[in-house]
Amino acid sequence: MNACKLLIVDDSNIMRRRIERSQQIDALTVVGTAANGLEALELFKQTNPDVVTMDITMPQMDGIECIEQLVALKPQIRILVISALADKATAVEAMEKGANGFLNKPFTDRQLNEAIAELLRRSA
Amino acid sequence: MLQEQELKTFVEGTTNYFEVAAQQAASIGSPYLVTKGTPGVHDYTGVINISGKREGVVYFTAPRAMLTVLLMKMQETDFSHETMKDLVGEVANTISGNARRDFGRDFVISVPNVVSGDKVEVPADMRPFVIPINWRSHSAKLVVALK
Repeated sequence: MNACKLLIVDDSNIMRRRIERSQQIDALTVVGTAANGLEALELFKQTNPDVVTMDITMPQMDGIECIEQLVALKPQIRILVISALADKATAVEAMEKGANGFLNKPFTDRQLNEAIAELLRRSA
Repeated sequence: MLQEQELKTFVEGTTNYFEVAAQQAASIGSPYLVTKGTPGVHDYTGVINISGKREGVVYFTAPRAMLTVLLMKMQETDFSHETMKDLVGEVANTISGNARRDFGRDFVISVPNVVSGDKVEVPADMRPFVIPINWRSHSAKLVVALK
């Protein structure tokens, strides 16, 4: 598999570091981290990631709006939503906007890696 | 006022948080209703405002010593004031967000507002429930006040 560039979006520093530290997919290289949707769009333009992990509840621009804009910029982008919001309607809305997977917080390292691996497998 | 089943949602959310994020179960004490005044807070408190179908506040409050150990369990090496604030906000956000599994998407949660040391105001027309959390040798609490 060719190397993929990963952008991590979450308003929690701890969560961004956790995802960066825990993801152990050899084919992924973290190219940036963003604390909200606006920062993510800026970093997207600079780094052109292939994969994004996206929180939903964030200040300034939430994850749902950011997903919509990222997909408009790069339809083939793969987005894994990582959110505490556990209702089905939010997951459905995220998928309808273009997300490819959904992982609820809290999560284990194993669940994170399985979710990312599944995302890459499905889009290979 | 919170129904018993709704309270159970928050108890289960708290239990799940510690089991998964801290990889060590917490002991949850019997929830109780505060009929006078506002529940006290520890060193750091993450506050989530609730709007939509329900209105109110959910907050997680914990002492610095407990948060330090929690961060260690998460393999964090930064124990700064900012990281403590980040952690209590994330715990409150996760437990509140998970509650939408039962409450539905009309249970709208804010981004976390974090206070350190200060009292958290609960609207006078709401009676807060306190869910005591004991983890390792530390005590924290989740406070839920909804109408």
